[in-house]
Amino acid sequence: MSMRSVWMLVVVVLIAVIPLLMGGEFGGADNEAAAIVQGTEGFSPWFSPIWEPPSGEVASMLFSLQAALGALVLGYAIGRAHGRRRPDGDRDTTKDGALPPRA
Amino acid sequence: MHIMEGFLPASHALGWYAVSAPFVLAGAARIRTIVREQPEARLTLAASGAFAFVLSALKIPSVTGSCSHPTGTGLGAIVFGPSVMAVLGVIVLLFQALLLAHGGLTTLGANAFSMAIVGPWVAYGVWKLAGVAGLPFAVSVFLAAALGDLATYVFTSLQLALAYPDPVSGFVGAALKFGGIFAITQIPLAIAEGLLTVVVIEALSGKIRDEDRISALSGGNK
Repeated sequence: MSMRSVWMLVVVVLIAVIPLLMGGEFGGADNEAAAIVQGTEGFSPWFSPIWEPPSGEVASMLFSLQAALGALVLGYAIGRAHGRRRPDGDRDTTKDGALPPRA
Repeated sequence: MHIMEGFLPASHALGWYAVSAPFVLAGAARIRTIVREQPEARLTLAASGAFAFVLSALKIPSVTGSCSHPTGTGLGAIVFGPSVMAVLGVIVLLFQALLLAHGGLTTLGANAFSMAIVGPWVAYGVWKLAGVAGLPFAVSVFLAAALGDLATYVFTSLQLALAYPDPVSGFVGAALKFGGIFAITQIPLAIAEGLLTVVVIEALSGKIRDEDRISALSGGNK
């Protein structure tokens, strides 16, 4: 990984951590906006979700599942991309100094 | 940026479905073409969808004291053009609407328009402009992904303001009110998404020159 990627990842971590140190309630922005809509005179949602996670635990499990599935595919793609390049990259670095056979 | 189930008047819900549908159909056609003509780009296509899947699951604390999530739609828009993200974004939104009660089916059209259409098109536009302006690769990717992310949230604010204008200050007042919640919270997250997009493009394309990265990922001809 390049130095550029490393410092960028460090900044991403700081962006997530600094607000935690500053403190706050950290509710969802979506819910805050929804609260304003709900405050509108005469508002009531005309349709409700077909299914809702029965508890916060189940919801966090499903959110984790979403992230895990995405990370799985992303990691596979990055791994495949590296594996595919390797044979070319290593062509002139075999132990006995000979070029590996061409595919 | 998720507008909750049943929170938009039926006429708005239908309207957003109508304007989103052509983009999704065009995106599906574009994906079919990519899969058929550039099979080596399938992996990047899957990675673009996966990136949006991961990032939109991560609710990250922001300096405003509330949480929001990035969208992850800039990556695919930069590599393949914005149309593919209309489809990939809708898949993410459907997962969240059906399994997490986050967003909704009635608001799917509106949420798709902000996250899967406006965001990617802004990202693509910024990416092209940055290319014309001759900005360095990493800066261009960063700006495209970050501004695309931010545009999605600004657009959500406009959608809500359109449906619920302030009784006193009207559409503009409501847009500022919703924008104050969404857009300000989103600024640091958009910066994070911009940086992550650069990192992922670098990881996917490996040790090659910056200017070759996108063509390597898109299968060569774009």
